[in-house]
Amino acid sequence: MGIIRASRLIYDYIRRDEDDHVEEVSRAIDGLDLDIKAGDFVAILGHNGSGKSTFAKQINGILLPTEGTVWISGMKTTDESHIWDIRKTAGMVFQNPDNQIIGNIVEEDVGFGPENLGVPTDEIWQRVDESLEAVGMTAYRMKSPNKLSGGQKQRVAIAGVMAMRPQCIILDEPTAMLDPNGRREVIRTVHELNQKEGITVLLITHYMEEVIEADRVIVMDDGRLVMDGTPREIFSRVKELKSYRLDVPQVTELAYELKQAGVDLPEGILTIEELTEHLLPIFRKANAL
Amino acid sequence: MSIRAEHINYLYGEGTAFEQYALKDVSFEIEDGQFIGLIGHTGSGKSTLIQHLNGLLRASSGKIYYNGEDIDQEGYDKKALRSHVGLVFQYPEHQLFEVDVFSDVCFGPKNQGLSNEVTEQRAREALIQVGLDERLWTQSPFELSGGQKRRVAIAGVLAMQPEVLILDEPTAGLDPRGRDEILDEISALHEEKGMTIILVSHSMEDIARYADRILVMSHGEKLFDAPPKEVFRHYQELERIGLAAPQITYVVRSLKEKGIALEDDITTVEEAKTAILRLLRKADGRA
Repeated sequence: MGIIRASRLIYDYIRRDEDDHVEEVSRAIDGLDLDIKAGDFVAILGHNGSGKSTFAKQINGILLPTEGTVWISGMKTTDESHIWDIRKTAGMVFQNPDNQIIGNIVEEDVGFGPENLGVPTDEIWQRVDESLEAVGMTAYRMKSPNKLSGGQKQRVAIAGVMAMRPQCIILDEPTAMLDPNGRREVIRTVHELNQKEGITVLLITHYMEEVIEADRVIVMDDGRLVMDGTPREIFSRVKELKSYRLDVPQVTELAYELKQAGVDLPEGILTIEELTEHLLPIFRKANAL
Repeated sequence: MSIRAEHINYLYGEGTAFEQYALKDVSFEIEDGQFIGLIGHTGSGKSTLIQHLNGLLRASSGKIYYNGEDIDQEGYDKKALRSHVGLVFQYPEHQLFEVDVFSDVCFGPKNQGLSNEVTEQRAREALIQVGLDERLWTQSPFELSGGQKRRVAIAGVLAMQPEVLILDEPTAGLDPRGRDEILDEISALHEEKGMTIILVSHSMEDIARYADRILVMSHGEKLFDAPPKEVFRHYQELERIGLAAPQITYVVRSLKEKGIALEDDITTVEEAKTAILRLLRKADGRA
């Protein structure tokens, strides 16, 4: 069993009227089976309302299953005696950094999590040091968070989660509010945590170019898992992705369009280097250089 | 008819030790019917700037003219200005508050003092313009999806029938299709109604596709003011200030470096495709 596992997971949002009678039930997750291996970098794609964020909230027990089961490191999320262990295992980072930062200075903010867990003071500082180092924010430890850029704030939020020593981090659209530079910083940081610290990463995003380096891409639609594969496998299925309201990176789109027009390119080109490498011989052969 | 900014300075904490320029000597003129892309890193002054354009903030020095009139002169009707220059804030759905969608959209025009009949007529038109299904009009705005809520919020501003529509990151957090739908609707307002659009965005790809002129802000100053092809040619300078060019610009650069004779002002996938196919077919014709 992997670090995160969901079996026949169903989740209903239930709306009740004043007398507590059920007024409306909407099914956000509809029979999800999923097993995520420790150490993997997994990206989750899906349109607004496809159930991604609802699933993310199941992982650390913010929401509990209507039916089915979620296990984190073998612990059932419905087992109340494990809820704190689960939250220590799986940390979450949300979209808006301004809603997640509470400290007056960076180091204070990062120390809040472990302090809350009752970690001894010496160890708190050690964890703060390590976490800030891991996200490359050590130079800013005495700064006020509101003087930081969006990307830096989001890295502080990630350090705050890292200080809880999780095995897994779930990031729910962490770059939606950032400028191009901030986006790059955050994605690079998350990849480093995955590679150097072996943290399992679940990245929810609407930016297709952020997922090309993931180990695995999952596409959700109407609360179900509809596509599951490597970035190359997923981005080879351009039409299918578009039918789920998604898209492909521009370079993949260009390769796809050229292929449709008869240019002999392979499917699922993900990077500029790959496209260049495949187009050059075609140009040479056509004497078009 | 235009918006003209002349030497706008805006200082935070003026006269204190923390005095800081949010805008520094910014000047430009936006003619009627243009589609402007406004880009810049976080904290570059974009949001501060757009709040000057409808008089929500007042410049520390410098002047703003709307259709030739100084908006800070005594007796100038700022309330009227705010209905001519409609501003859609970031995450505008957080500002929805009415019991149903239709009432929410009516709020603006009602506040302008229009009759119920005219108000409702405008609300209907605005909701149709943003493509919101009529069955949703009687629902609570809080029950809608993210993309639908955002449409309602945009309709609320459109119902005031602005001449200029300013949108601060209208697609943040939307899925790719939702993003395209909203941008296509905004583009239709521009093409069909001749509305002046100022679009603030962090997506260089979207800006390249829709804007006919780009203003680039950096640390409170205007760095570039030119058509997209011109601006994205300076991709290295853009990177230095935390921005980038659309990915396709880098694709074209990489191909050019290997000797493929593409124009260096390509900024959209469509243009790149056409240019590559043209080169291949030309060679084919020679063979």
